[in-house]
Amino acid sequence: MKGLKYKIRNNPELYAGALISAIMLLIIISGTIFSPYDPNAMSASDKFAAPSMAHPLGCDNFGRDLFARLSIGGATTLLVATLTILMSLTLGIIIGAFTGYYGGVVDEILMRFNDAVLAFPSILLALVFISQFGSGTWKVIISLGIVFVPSFARIVRGEFLRCRNLDYVRSARLMGAGDIRIMFVHILPNTLPVVLSSAVIGFNNAVLAEASMSFLGIGVQPPASSLGRMLSDAQAFLFSEPSYAIYTGSMIALLILGFSLLGDGLKKNA
Amino acid sequence: MSRKRLTAVLCAAMTAAAALTGCSGGKPDASSKIVVGIPQDLEDSLDPHEAVAAGTKEILFNIYEGLLKPDETGELIPAVAKEYSVSDDGLTYSFILRDAVKFHNGNPVTAEDVKYSIEKSAGMTGGQSLISAFSNIKEVNIRDDRTVDIILNEPDIDFPAYIATVNAAVIPKDNDNPSASPVGTGPYMYVSRSPQENIVLRRFDEYWGDPAYIENVTLKIIPSADSIVMNLNGGSVDMFARLTSTQTQQLSEDFNVLEGEMNLVQAVYLNHAVEPFDNVDVCRALSYAVDVDNILELTSDGKGFPVGSSMFPAFRKYYVDLSDSYPTDPDKARELLAQAGYPDGFSFSITVPSNYQPHIEAAQVVAEQLKKVGVNAEIKLVEWNTWLSDVYSGRDYEATLIGVDASSLTATAMLDRFRSDASNNFTNYSNKDYDELYSKLYLTSSEEERTEIYMELQKNLADNAANIYIQDMAEFVALSDKYEGYVFYPLYVQDFAKIRLKDN
Repeated sequence: MKGLKYKIRNNPELYAGALISAIMLLIIISGTIFSPYDPNAMSASDKFAAPSMAHPLGCDNFGRDLFARLSIGGATTLLVATLTILMSLTLGIIIGAFTGYYGGVVDEILMRFNDAVLAFPSILLALVFISQFGSGTWKVIISLGIVFVPSFARIVRGEFLRCRNLDYVRSARLMGAGDIRIMFVHILPNTLPVVLSSAVIGFNNAVLAEASMSFLGIGVQPPASSLGRMLSDAQAFLFSEPSYAIYTGSMIALLILGFSLLGDGLKKNA
Repeated sequence: MSRKRLTAVLCAAMTAAAALTGCSGGKPDASSKIVVGIPQDLEDSLDPHEAVAAGTKEILFNIYEGLLKPDETGELIPAVAKEYSVSDDGLTYSFILRDAVKFHNGNPVTAEDVKYSIEKSAGMTGGQSLISAFSNIKEVNIRDDRTVDIILNEPDIDFPAYIATVNAAVIPKDNDNPSASPVGTGPYMYVSRSPQENIVLRRFDEYWGDPAYIENVTLKIIPSADSIVMNLNGGSVDMFARLTSTQTQQLSEDFNVLEGEMNLVQAVYLNHAVEPFDNVDVCRALSYAVDVDNILELTSDGKGFPVGSSMFPAFRKYYVDLSDSYPTDPDKARELLAQAGYPDGFSFSITVPSNYQPHIEAAQVVAEQLKKVGVNAEIKLVEWNTWLSDVYSGRDYEATLIGVDASSLTATAMLDRFRSDASNNFTNYSNKDYDELYSKLYLTSSEEERTEIYMELQKNLADNAANIYIQDMAEFVALSDKYEGYVFYPLYVQDFAKIRLKDN
């Protein structure tokens, strides 16, 4: 117990972040699995119903249960963010590993291309993809996934560059290990602390990006809910039913807070 | 009729009463002003013969007039013309000009100006005409300095309705650039325009008819729907038309909310060229599955006017109430689907333009209702330009939820598009009986017979469930309680001349 206390004092961000994220995940999972309501079921009599035992957070403008919708919306947003990060992380690690490990002309070309992509604001770039391929949940994931690749590639490349001439790599090479084995078995695990903390920060950006795109009406399509989509719907009722926007906004804010504390903590640990 | 109608009628009655009694001998208010919010700048053109956007034309209505113009009941009343007559063969329309009509630049309106305007509007002097019916004009002749004859190739009983649109307005012949310096004969004259900011109008004191009450009208452009309520409540705008019921609920007590109709037919328009909408049973099944009252309740607090065919109530004499053709009946819907070979339902997509929030909301409710009969409707939001090119022009869609309005006060404006070979038949509706009935319109010139045919055409659309008809949407106008006299038209028009200060 003493150890835990010390650890918390030493790195409060990590534990606060983990706690907030865990609570949010718990809310989202319990709401998605255990809510008795279909998040899309409408009911004219429950239009903007006040919070009650039946509807803990009340209902929205179509009489849909807000708690059920916030949970499923949060789940959609998390799913989009997770898949986005998985996709961009995978591609980023592969590109970063090869360019960082081998260097040379290919590295130069790929990294200049990388810089060019990085120069665009990510939302703008995602907008271009959406306008080309159409909107929808999967297209949002793919376009955000592509947009997020360069930042990961750059971080992974830096780490590989740092590690490629370290002693353990050299000895592995002397023992006859192949390049691929050295890259992914020897170097990669040593880059994980840095990569993981940047993945968590990237995750945050992905949550915000999804919310912004859905808010702008080009992300998740109705009636499917996502936090950004709900915030955009709630905006019309900002003055008459402020609680709708407050719940949705707080949900986004808490998710982001939790994960960015977690990211900071991981960085500190690294 | 409903209470909505009554409000509109009351408004009209109040205006009439005030015009007769109040306003101290018809003297307009001196140095009075009103700021009216509009959702977009008048970017297309201030030249009446080139203005295409409904939002532009509704403003130009105050600056320009045609030989005739519509009044608030939808009747055509003489404007620049004093009266007109039609020859027995229906080919020659003779318009006798009013004597005291002056342009805003002070010059009187001559027969030359009228001939020039009609020819320019019809595209006879080069350029394109925005009124396709004007291709029927053979020639425009000046009989004497007060009489102009318009000769047609074929009789067209709707011709006066086209003459009354803003696109056929009378403008001076010597104005080289009507778009930059608009000069008309309307109750308001153009003063200035700051792009993306405002348009300023001033009362035309030498107007031939009842002068406007308010002297200065400023049109303030508020492109963001979210800031409309803030602008109204903050006092920077006195009036805004076409609000949603949600927006009106957030207004302060300083505003009166007037309720009318948008004069359009909101429906899920089905593409009859694609499966399964080529099967009439499927279309009927979907009409049975959709609960219009529930849509109104969820999207507009129950306000709106259910319709059952492609005609809205403002058409009065042509309108048949067919809104009860398909009472909500999910069992019957399932039965019809099974009969059509879809016992387990099917999936399709509803394309909705992303800038029309009311349509997006209605689409969500429709999708939810269709789920109950096993039909899975996926909503596809597209930009307005994509909608125009893919859905309207390209006809590449399955279903779309949109409002269709009438470009002129003629029944054909609503019904023509369902002829199988009509160029604007974006639903690919193809029905032999409909085409046959429609062709009969050309054979008769009796107004009663034509009205009868119009009604039959509406019934044909309803019987075959050409589209899933929803409603003529409720329209809300917020007017500061300092003013009164707002008048609803059965057309897309804002008439500022009838608005006046309340006398306390």
